[in-house]
Order: sequence, then structure tokens, then C-alpha cells
Amino acid sequence: MARKISNRRKIIMTVLAWSIGFLIFFPILWTIILSFKTEGDAIKTPLQVLSSHWTFESYALVQERSNYFRHFMNSVIISFGSVILALVIGIPSAWAMAFVPGKGTKNVLMWMLSTKMMPAVGVLIPIYLMFRDWGLLDTRTGLIIVLCLMNLPIVIWMLYTYFKEIPSEILEAARMDGAGLRSEILYVLTPMAVPGIASTLLLNVILSWNEAFWTLNLTAAKAAPLTAFIAAYSSPEGLFYAKLSAASTLAIAPILILGWFSQKQLVRGLTFGAVK
Amino acid sequence: MGQIELKGVTKSFGDVQVIPPLDLHIGEGEFVVFVGPSGCGKSTLLRLIAGLEDVSGGHIEIDGKDATDLPPAKRSLAMVFQSYALYPHMSVRKNIAFPLKMAKADQATIDAKIENAARILNLSDYLHRRPGQLSGGQRQRVAIGRAIVREPAAFLFDEPLSNLDAALRVNMRLEISELHQKLKTTMVYVTHDQVEAMTMADKIVVLHAGVIEQVGSPLELYRSPRNKFVAGFIGSPKMNFVEGAEAAKHNAHTIGIRPEHINVSATEGAWKGTVGVSEHLGSDTFLHVDTEFGLINVRGGGEIDLHAGDDVWLSPDLSQLHKFDAAGLAI
Repeated sequence: MARKISNRRKIIMTVLAWSIGFLIFFPILWTIILSFKTEGDAIKTPLQVLSSHWTFESYALVQERSNYFRHFMNSVIISFGSVILALVIGIPSAWAMAFVPGKGTKNVLMWMLSTKMMPAVGVLIPIYLMFRDWGLLDTRTGLIIVLCLMNLPIVIWMLYTYFKEIPSEILEAARMDGAGLRSEILYVLTPMAVPGIASTLLLNVILSWNEAFWTLNLTAAKAAPLTAFIAAYSSPEGLFYAKLSAASTLAIAPILILGWFSQKQLVRGLTFGAVK
Repeated sequence: MGQIELKGVTKSFGDVQVIPPLDLHIGEGEFVVFVGPSGCGKSTLLRLIAGLEDVSGGHIEIDGKDATDLPPAKRSLAMVFQSYALYPHMSVRKNIAFPLKMAKADQATIDAKIENAARILNLSDYLHRRPGQLSGGQRQRVAIGRAIVREPAAFLFDEPLSNLDAALRVNMRLEISELHQKLKTTMVYVTHDQVEAMTMADKIVVLHAGVIEQVGSPLELYRSPRNKFVAGFIGSPKMNFVEGAEAAKHNAHTIGIRPEHINVSATEGAWKGTVGVSEHLGSDTFLHVDTEFGLINVRGGGEIDLHAGDDVWLSPDLSQLHKFDAAGLAI
């Protein structure tokens, strides 16, 4: 028998859900509001949200002081580049683990996940030294490689979970039809897994976009993405909340818009494997 | 083209041997059905022939050449799967064309073969559709179409009708039989449904726990089962077995009599019993009769007017009696 939910319960649950949603979104909303205030208004307590003056001056100043477009392009190239590279490596790896598992497959999967549990700072010095010696410091290539490595376990896990849902008979049929390994992955598996691959791509682009530890430590000026652009406003000159908020808003706006338009894909990406 | 020879083939999964050493010859153009209960190894055997599973021992020859270590694509076999295994992102045309594309056939050949297969299988109007827009029967026809265009040495069918409803299954059964007559290509067909086996096969291979119990034509198996297992598995409703003193009268450990070889009378006969359940199908009547030997199934004509609780007399046709020894082998 289907569970009956009373109207009162529905209302309480809806209010609770909206409240939690608002609480989670509040810091972003706060940042956006501050970005339209003067520096003086931004540090006033209590903040006058509606009554005080609204202005674009922080945005104008941020534009004047830094090259937003260059940081934006770096973010796009680094985040998409690292995820596409991770997909190129991850798709065949996930295929192997999902369809021709060996005795150690589960252990390999767990080991990959365990690397995500290690604090990144633990490997900062060796990676920094390697990057310095190989001339990868402050380069997009260097960041693409390091972010690809950071996201690879999640990419492989997500693809593995998705591939497990694809009936192996279809791949066997492709094998019977004369498809070699390359054709099987390229013409059968990948097109069938497009929704899963898209979800993986989106989620990992967001993670890469927001990644700050490596981008701040391995870049200076040339390859600095938007995270470094934000950090530039929490500067030794002192904290300028309005300008920092304007920079943050500019940095998160593209990924927020991308996330908004692709929320269905994202939810699917985070829940596949949960429901057959 | 289309001879398959299994020589001492074995298959183990870990320490468990699912197919002990097995020899089998499948002749050119034959329609061979592997039949047996669930878990008897029939699908595994088919997958070994297809190359989708590696053999643990022995050899597989196709048209006289050792194919044991060949990948599936190099065995010139085509397979139709239980779940159709169509490519959901491709249209029917692209599904059928896929094996030809993989074989790098030119576009004119691909088009001609698709048209031909679509005509044979009545799929011409659906070529632009995706598998998701087709009924179960149409999907199965697409799967068969994909197999036909390869012009394989043999077709392998892995329970292809199991996902279809009863009426469609009968139609598709006929279509596959007609296809075999038209193409005259070797077909190896796996099913657990002995009616499919009886109606379609030139040769039935009855499997039980990975072992071939008997190989023969449908009527050979029906008339002269080699052991109790085959006798019980082939024929519907299944054969009745009687042990003890009644069997001893016929110098056997067990006697078997098919439901259709028992006469039923309300007044006289050899075995007395009471009707437990009666099933009236119009054309036939199935009676489940409780006797001193246990439950005996009887198949009679549609005119029989007996119902649950009626006392009846059963008379087995002694010329149709099957006798088995203590080991279950036919005497």
C-alpha cells in the first residue's frame, strides 16, 4: 500500500526543505548582495540590505585592476582540459573494471578512492619540486595534469557505476558483430553512456573550476584561473569585502549558470546506480 | 559450411566444473536445439561455441578449422540474444548495418543486404525507428536481421523467445523455422522450453548438469528416451513414473507411461484412482488422478466429462510402456 502523507506533513516538509535550501544558498546570496554595496556599507553591522545604496563600483574596480577574461579562459581551459583528459583515461579503465573484472578490481577501485582521502598538502612538496624541475609551474598544462590526476578516481568511479548498468550482452553482441575493442568502446559503449559521461564531465568540471589548493600553489600569473583571481582580493592591503565579493561573484557566475542549466544531469550523475 | 565439432570441451568457473568433458557433432545445415532445465549449462555451452567464454579444456572446430582460441568475430558465427541486445542509440537500419560496417563492406553492399534482410523479416517500414520504438517481436526480428546480414556459417540463438508473450512466441517460432528452411544455415538454439525444442529441432541435445543425456531427433527422444531424465523432460505433460511392485510385474525398477498413453474409464481398468484436479482445454482434458502409486497425469480427449472427486479407472497402453533399471537407464 502506498504511504499516505498528510497535507500538514507536506507543508512542514516543504518549508523545511526550502529553509535548508536557503541556508545552503545563503553564503552565495550574501556574497552577491555585498558585491553591489560600497566598501563602507559592506562592513556596516547590521547590514542594510534594502535601504543602503546599490552600486556597480566594485565590479568596475575589479575589471580595472585585473584581467577577468584571462582568468576566466584559464579556468575554462584547465577545468575542461583536465576533465576531458580524465575521461580519455577513465572510459577505457572503467570499461575494463566493469566488463572484464579481475580478482583485484575491487581493491584497485578502493585504492583509487583512498587517494582522495589523503590531504593534498601531503604531496605538495614533491609535486611542486617535480613541476619546478619539469618547467610546469604556472602553466596550464601542469594544472591540467594535476587536476586530471586529482579527479581521475571520481571520474573512474562514476563511469564504472554507470557502465555497470549497461547490459553486457550488448557489448557481447558487438563483439559477435566483429567489433574490436576500440570499435566496441567508441561506437557502442560511449554513445550508450553519453548521459553518464555528461554527468561525470559536468560534476568534475565544477570540482576543477572550484579547485583552489593546487591552482593557488602551482600558479602565479600566467596560468592563474578564477580561484587565484578571487584570492588576489584577500590581499595584504586589507580586506575589501565589496571588491572580494564582486570578484567571487564573477568567478562563480559561469559555473553557477552551467550548474543551473544542467541540474537534471547532475542529479542523475550523483544518483546513478542507486535505482535500477 | 556450418559444421561444428566439440571435442572433449570442458568449462570450469573457479573450482566448479560446470561442463565435464563433452563431445558433440553439429552437421551442416542442421537445426540443433540444446534443451535442459535451468543451470544445466546449455547457455554456457553456446557461449563457448560463440567464443564469449573461453573453454577450460578441449577443442572447438568450425568447418574443420580449430576455432578454440579465435575471438568471437573471427568464428563466422552470428548470435541472437535473449534480451535482443540491440544498440539502443542506433536506428534499425544502423543496427542491421553494424556488422557489415565492422567488416568494412562498401555502402552499396550494405544497402542491398539491409533491404534483403528487412524484406525477409518484414522490417522494411521500421528501418528508421530506434529499438525503443519497436515491439518485442519486432526487436527480436531486428536482432535476427543483424545476424542474417553477416551470412554466418551458423546462427546461435540463446533463448530468443523467452521475453515474448505466449502468442508472439508461437509466431516467432514459426518464423525462425521458416527462416531455417529458407537459408538452410546451421542453427544452434538454446531453450528450456521442450515444446520449442520438439517443434523446431532436427536434432535435440538434452543436457543435465553439463552432461549430454541424449542426442537425437525429437521423435527419437520422445519414443526411445535413454534414461528417466530424458523421459521425464521430453513430452508435455511429463511422463508418469511408477516404482515398486507394479514396476516389478514388468521386470523393471521403474516403469514410465506418458499421460497420452493412458485410457481412462469410469467403470473398468487396471489402476483405480480418484480425480484430484481436472483441466478442460476444449481440445484436450488433463486429469490429475490420485492412485495407490501416487499422482498420475492423464491426457484425454476434449469430450471427457470427469470432474474432481470422480472415481476412475486407468489403463496404460502396455505397448507404450517405458522400463528403467535402478540406475534410471532404459531397459
